[in-house]
Amino acid sequence: MEQELNVILATDCGSTTTKAILIEKKGDIYRQVFRGEAPTTVEAPFEDVTKGVLNSIGELEDLSGRKIVENGKIITPAQGERGVDIYISTSSAGGGLQMMVAGAVKTMTGESAERAALGAGAIVMDVLASNDKRPPHEKIERIRQLRPDMILLSGGTDGGTKKHVVELAEYIMAANPKPRLGMSFKLPVIFAGNKDAGENVKEVLEATSELHIADNIRPTLERENLFPARQKIQELFLEHVMAQAPGYKKLIEWAGAPIMPTPSAVGEIMRTIAKKNEINVIGVDIGGATTDVFSVFEEVFNRTVSANLGMSYSVSNVLAETGLENVLRWLPFKVDEEDLRNRIKNKMIRPTTIPQTLRDLQIEQSLAREALRLAFEQHKLLAVGLKGVQQQRDVGAAFDQTQTGETLIKMEGLDLLVGSGGVLSHAPRRAQSMYMMIDAFQPIGITRLAVDSIFMMPHLGVLATVHENAATDVFEKDCMIHLGTCISLANKGKAKGNAVEYKLTMPDGKVVQNGLPYGELALYPLEAGQEAQIEITPARGLDLGNGKGKQVSASIEGGIVGLVIDTRGRPLELPKDPEERKSSVARWNKAFGAYPEV
Amino acid sequence: MAYAYTPGLRVTKNTIIRKNRLLPLKGEVLVKKGDKVKAEQIVARTDLPGDVETANVVNRLGIEPETILSYMLKKEGDKVEAGEAIAETKPFIKWFKTSCNTPVAGTIEKISEVTGQVLIRMAPQPVELRAYIDGTITEILESEGAIIETRCAFVQGIFGVGRERAGEITMVASSPDEVLKADGIPKNCEGKILVGGSLVTSEAIKAANEGGAAGLVVAGMHAKTLKEILGYDIGVAITGTENIPTTIICTEGFGNIAMATRTFEMMKELSGRRASISGATQIRAGVIRPEIIVPVESVETEKVEEYEASALAVGDLVRIIREPYFGRIGKVVELPPELTKVESETMVRILKTEFPDGEKAVLPRANVELIEN
Repeated sequence: MEQELNVILATDCGSTTTKAILIEKKGDIYRQVFRGEAPTTVEAPFEDVTKGVLNSIGELEDLSGRKIVENGKIITPAQGERGVDIYISTSSAGGGLQMMVAGAVKTMTGESAERAALGAGAIVMDVLASNDKRPPHEKIERIRQLRPDMILLSGGTDGGTKKHVVELAEYIMAANPKPRLGMSFKLPVIFAGNKDAGENVKEVLEATSELHIADNIRPTLERENLFPARQKIQELFLEHVMAQAPGYKKLIEWAGAPIMPTPSAVGEIMRTIAKKNEINVIGVDIGGATTDVFSVFEEVFNRTVSANLGMSYSVSNVLAETGLENVLRWLPFKVDEEDLRNRIKNKMIRPTTIPQTLRDLQIEQSLAREALRLAFEQHKLLAVGLKGVQQQRDVGAAFDQTQTGETLIKMEGLDLLVGSGGVLSHAPRRAQSMYMMIDAFQPIGITRLAVDSIFMMPHLGVLATVHENAATDVFEKDCMIHLGTCISLANKGKAKGNAVEYKLTMPDGKVVQNGLPYGELALYPLEAGQEAQIEITPARGLDLGNGKGKQVSASIEGGIVGLVIDTRGRPLELPKDPEERKSSVARWNKAFGAYPEV
Repeated sequence: MAYAYTPGLRVTKNTIIRKNRLLPLKGEVLVKKGDKVKAEQIVARTDLPGDVETANVVNRLGIEPETILSYMLKKEGDKVEAGEAIAETKPFIKWFKTSCNTPVAGTIEKISEVTGQVLIRMAPQPVELRAYIDGTITEILESEGAIIETRCAFVQGIFGVGRERAGEITMVASSPDEVLKADGIPKNCEGKILVGGSLVTSEAIKAANEGGAAGLVVAGMHAKTLKEILGYDIGVAITGTENIPTTIICTEGFGNIAMATRTFEMMKELSGRRASISGATQIRAGVIRPEIIVPVESVETEKVEEYEASALAVGDLVRIIREPYFGRIGKVVELPPELTKVESETMVRILKTEFPDGEKAVLPRANVELIEN
């Protein structure tokens, strides 16, 4: 049964900023009422995270008139205009949780271990596997070089082989890695493999590591059991990583629920919403250093973190990974290449600057498209079905497998795409956010899009663990800015006349009958909370997700941007000729109303 | 935000710097409190555990892992030479004997009856920690290292590559907006820290490498030059361990930007003096900037500039760190509190600035850097 809560205080301690929100129960519904923020204070000269937390709460007090802190402590429970009923928090300060994982077979227990760690909110620094072709001394050296906060070791189904997982344990012992936080601490190692190997692993590792045992993440080939390992990771995160970071011991005492790693909390609210509304969801959080992608498809949750793709600290990596041509293709003007490279490097070394000119903004949003696109590609590779399920194999045969399972991400089944992170949430025009997300994720069929208004998903994720209703109320009413709906072709081709013909009945009864040639975008304003009816038919050979040439009839939800019809085809390919490309991009920008006319 | 904080890079003639010199693993500290040290002096040392090699005994001998001990010629803790037999079969006919030899010299660390492999630990790798700066030992951290303090002139750069080095400051530019080309590099610049102007070319860097320069301090370089000299493109600004012969420090950024006059003039004043430099840069939680440290003689009456972060105020000089006015210096004439829409349509807190030529500009506060006095 959920606790009786009327006033909820939640913070997220980010690497740079600590954000606080106040939630109050209004009648039967929970609403976010105020927000405050302050610089995070883990670094010198402050070295106490609670100072930043109190500063951000101070802003809330100023804005709300509610007294929340007295004598440096949070007042609980709430009484009238004083105090709160619960204080909860998330954290990614200090770089978050960094892990190494190891499994016997790269595409089986190796991948399962990776999913377990990512789902717990970690950055995975490396995946070691017995069959990853690296010789033993290289594996050992790699473990020594990295300084993970903890290691997840898995391998072998229950009752199966022990050799490979014990071998990995021997490499970890030989490497004797030191944790990031202090040379005197023993590195936590979680063993979540073949239960019959537990004693052998203990014998190898207990002298040099702090060993914990969790249920096998892959007890049989057909089944993945990630929850116990994820729970253990989060427990150890709190005990080891968080507790060593300055001021966190105090913060842990203040909080009425365990502090979660920020990405784990974002994943939690995604799962909650997907389950409650019975929809498939993709979420993305694009930050300065990393881009997290979350998906819930057919109730299966996956998270990836592209630790090398971001808009400031790792923006240079985005350029390195995607190449200059891919960045330039989204721009309707010519850019000097040397100048562009310098600009990107300057953003990397001065990450807090913001685009002042329109050109600078368009260049940043072009980079964002590429970062999102690449992060999504990485996500699709990991969010896969289990390999080795189809046939009974002995481990020797399975050992040689290099192909992974099929991706779970079926874009035709996607109901909602949610974006978060500065470049999406704070774009000067909401249309720009919707535009970037459509270009990067390339939804097909009918897909709703939204952005997180003020980055409160972490707060709602940790809230969902103590009060699901409060979290979902605030998510739906205050967190989500509904951008609108995108209807897009599912394939590419040619059309003699229009690529689609449609009849759109607006909420006021007005009927729009029109068509759109191939390779174009059209935007129809349709407000949030409103619905329009559409009957849309693709030309022969083209598909809107219902089959080639088959009509789609649907009720379309509106948003702050509206309804977008996208006939540019999938996968999206821009014209090769530079002048034609620039002209197409300029036309699409205009159709979207993305930028002011100059 | 509770306050507007616009930190700038430190450029100061007289301050006290403390450096924590810490070993990666516990070891031996070779100095004591009060000792005066030079930059190249070794202050602590330790041994890193040697690399580990494996010998797959079971595969070599064709035996089961749980029987390995009965075939071993060596036990855990034994020292072995490279190529020495560590296990062998005992067939009836000795001709058919098979041996497993260790690929390296070292110590037998583990014989596994589960995996059937033997781990051999090679000789430890000694690590010596240098002082890095001329100074005085003010504190000893037992078995871990020492804290060294020095009174110095201190210049922070914005970005650098290359490790800690020491050398003599040598000006090779006569103005802060001069481009440093290969012909500006002295043929023999062994151990020198060369100070240029606005931009350094890749040919100039190669000439500095060939001349034996310890360091190069310039306002900027092109991104492609950095890629050329490293051989790869830097993805994130975490540097300091590059294997390059000359440490490079940029004071302004990427591109052709005049060095800040204050920085240039100060480097000119310090010409001929010994300096310690480090290209290490870390732009993430726990920011590290590249630095130049020039010990100065203690002058009792001279005031030490204690560093204090300060907020932006009217009258302050600021450097603009983003387009369209990148690199220019202006004076803050107004700080409107309300959010203002700029050309990109972003709503931001702005400042109004005036340049020396009288031109005025409106800028996001996030796009300037305070020039600390």
